[in-house]
Amino acid sequence: MLRFISGRLLKAVVILICITVLNFFLIHAAPGDPAAVMAGEAGDADPAFLQQLRERFGLDKPLYVQLWIYVSSVVQLDLGYSYRQQLPVLQLIGERLPATLLLSLSAFVISLGLGVAAGAFASARQGKWADTIISLVALIFYATPLFWLALMGVLLFSVQLGWLPGFGYETVGANYTGLARALDIFLHLILPAMTLGLFFMAVYARMTRASMLEVGRLDFVKTAKAKGLRPGVIQHRHVLRNALLPVVTLAGLQAGQLVGGAVLIETVFAWPGIGRLMFDALSQRDYNLLLGVFVVSAAMVLLFNLITDVLYRLVDPRIKVAS
Amino acid sequence: MKDFWKRFSQNRGAVVGLVILLLVVVLSIVAPFIYTKSPWAMVQRPFIPPFTMDAFVLGTDPMGRDLAAGLAHGARVSLLVGLVSTVVSLLIGIPIGAIAGYFGGWVDDLLMRFTEFFQSVPSFALAVVLVAIFQPSIYSIVISIAVVSWPPVARLLRGEVMSLRSREFVEAAVLSGQTHSTIIWRQILPNTLSPIIVLASMMVAAAILIESSLSFLGLGDRNIMSWGYIIGAGRTVIRQAWWVSFFPGLAILLTVLALNLVGEGLNDALNPRLARKGR
Repeated sequence: MLRFISGRLLKAVVILICITVLNFFLIHAAPGDPAAVMAGEAGDADPAFLQQLRERFGLDKPLYVQLWIYVSSVVQLDLGYSYRQQLPVLQLIGERLPATLLLSLSAFVISLGLGVAAGAFASARQGKWADTIISLVALIFYATPLFWLALMGVLLFSVQLGWLPGFGYETVGANYTGLARALDIFLHLILPAMTLGLFFMAVYARMTRASMLEVGRLDFVKTAKAKGLRPGVIQHRHVLRNALLPVVTLAGLQAGQLVGGAVLIETVFAWPGIGRLMFDALSQRDYNLLLGVFVVSAAMVLLFNLITDVLYRLVDPRIKVAS
Repeated sequence: MKDFWKRFSQNRGAVVGLVILLLVVVLSIVAPFIYTKSPWAMVQRPFIPPFTMDAFVLGTDPMGRDLAAGLAHGARVSLLVGLVSTVVSLLIGIPIGAIAGYFGGWVDDLLMRFTEFFQSVPSFALAVVLVAIFQPSIYSIVISIAVVSWPPVARLLRGEVMSLRSREFVEAAVLSGQTHSTIIWRQILPNTLSPIIVLASMMVAAAILIESSLSFLGLGDRNIMSWGYIIGAGRTVIRQAWWVSFFPGLAILLTVLALNLVGEGLNDALNPRLARKGR
């Protein structure tokens, strides 16, 4: 297992370095002076600062030297400086990362939990009205633009009904501490996490349902029926366990989309995470910050993938560690 | 063809999807004739609620623009962006997948590592970065959607080509001295058409969602009225004018739903042996 994890970690590091190289070429492919692109001011940045950037990244040296300087500074966790915010990019991201992790992990748990439950429930009642309704709802959520769902959630639960806060991470100026603060954050988390979760719930529900129906036709399920096991036991112990494997794989693949969804959700709910930071970077043309957020979100996705890979191996004893 | 239609129409959802899709297509075609004025034109006072004035069924936005006109013009943008970016991603994904699957070995390894790289990058974030760096325009939007959407095409094609590669008719073609490119074009690719069509219909749906998300974030083409842009513009006034964001979102939802339903119907009709598997 250790060898497997270290192998996967190595792969993740290689991918991250490739992303850095991609970033480098993006900066150079962008219209305009690379120094101006990095400064994010498109021409009217402080000339002294531009000169400083040119010297630091060797922008008058050959391209491969520049590439080396850029990649090695990112590898040393130096993501550059946000000229707009007057702070190092890494520090800006570090401050916002916990909020994004809280949001995306809650959404992940909600979507996987509800999705698998709904899919399993639907497959056990194949062709009945409960199945039809669940399948239809999943189909609709799957086609809904995430940001629109979020807006409609705010409109209904926050503006119309006034049940939940639709804005921010906690009540501004309330200065809660301890448990009261945790509760406050929890209340603010419900709407964004549910919206982000509902979209992915649809994906997992469809997958779980299809996968369970497929496994349900296999021979060992017939054997279990012939043994006289109760249908509930067969569904839980035999079918669901085997049907979950493709769902776990899918969960890893969807991690990238979850992070992308977080950008939209954080923008709508003014959630102070790295997605919101990306939006700010966009509106201020702060490319250094934008690319920094991109690298960090890619790293997050790789971490999610690694976790699901490890989970996959724990769930499925058939896969030998050596393979 | 008759069989195809029979199998397609057995899927009731697919027929409903096809009807919705045709309505959107018709709307996008007739839009410039019904709403002759630019959708950007300010035609009435702002904030007219929907269903209160016959001339402006869906009301007006905070700038006094006709929401129905915006929706009608936006339909064409959404469909075109969805269609063109799907074609571009097929143009990237099909050669990569076909070459990887046909030649195997180190070529396959190299191309698949390349594909995996694009799959492990958060796709929407990459699309955002690409559009931002190359400046928002209809071209940069189409290209970036294509750049993040081709990996599934390549993987699908690779699998299909690998299984076709060992079939007798391909071996016969090899023995008859046909070149690699002739074999790929004439013998193999035509046989991969049905799964590609099914995938493509779902990709158009996904592309429409990505385009609307980009426009919503303010990364749309400034000269083009799109559904995502209208939602983004209505966002700040959602408390006063819910309809500005509501209707375009509903339009996206219906179009994407229709495309996904049609995709499932096509799957039933084109791959009859596989179709009923997951039901």
